[in-house]
Amino acid sequence: MMNRLFAPLALVVAAMFAYAPIMIANAPYESTMGLIQKIFYFHVPAALTFFLAAFVCGVASAIYLFGRRPSADRVALAAAELTVLLGVIVLISGPLWARKAWGIWWDWDARLTSTLVLWLTFQAYLLLRRYGGPGSDRLGAGVAIFGMCNVPFVYWSVEFWRTLHPKTSVLPTLQPGMRGPFWFCVVAFVGLFVVLLAARTRLEQRRAELEQLYLAVEGE
Amino acid sequence: MGEYRKIVGKCVRAAMMCCALLAGPAAPSIAAQPPPRTTAAQDGFVPVDTLPPEDRLPAAPLLVAAYSVAWVAIMIYIWSLWRRLSRVEREMAALGQRAGEPDRRGARH
Repeated sequence: MMNRLFAPLALVVAAMFAYAPIMIANAPYESTMGLIQKIFYFHVPAALTFFLAAFVCGVASAIYLFGRRPSADRVALAAAELTVLLGVIVLISGPLWARKAWGIWWDWDARLTSTLVLWLTFQAYLLLRRYGGPGSDRLGAGVAIFGMCNVPFVYWSVEFWRTLHPKTSVLPTLQPGMRGPFWFCVVAFVGLFVVLLAARTRLEQRRAELEQLYLAVEGE
Repeated sequence: MGEYRKIVGKCVRAAMMCCALLAGPAAPSIAAQPPPRTTAAQDGFVPVDTLPPEDRLPAAPLLVAAYSVAWVAIMIYIWSLWRRLSRVEREMAALGQRAGEPDRRGARH
């Protein structure tokens, strides 16, 4: 089913990403931050999808660890790579906004530090999978579950600890003019995640098939 | 009455000594404190073009940089994914050919 849906979904996501700048440009300016606030329309959807990717990786890893399903491991590996990609977008666009809004690039506060730790956890997962040798799939699954458990702490860190970062209450109180472009970008990022997850999982599946083929050829 | 005066005198002296002991170390730190800071908008208005360059930070380049980073990161990832997928497909085709060769050779002989 995903094979049939892949091309139309990829086209829809590409069209959404092409149209997103127009919607963002037409969104109203925020009173205190002005133009720089418009980073929000990519930064926050990327951050939410970053959390989603970490969550998918953790759940797939748990299924692999306890259910021994190789397909779940392939999904986990794909989701981990996307977590790192989305983390790069979040960790670069955030400081670009902070430079103007706060006057500093970075602050070691709870939200920023925990986000960096989450990104490093999934970077560690990928390094482990690449260079860990035999057994790294199960060890990696444990790391991914640990990373997934970190997600709620990162999300609610702005409520638990004193931080410079805007609070989670920003989203439910968004003005109608800002709400449309914001949710449009959220859907675009989630769509992009689904498309890339499907493509990356397929790559891993083809690699597994190639390995089987090598074994079959060498066995002859 | 004389006894009363003596007690009051002792109390006053003790209070003065306490004040001297407390004020002694605190005096330099009070003197060293900077005057309270006031913002430019409290003392008078400063036009933005008279600010030093480090305080004048345009938003547009930062905004463009943020969106460019997102686009470039996504594009690089899609390109790397396509390259890895096509390499695997090529390898599979080559292996399939290699596996089929002995049969074809066998059929020719």
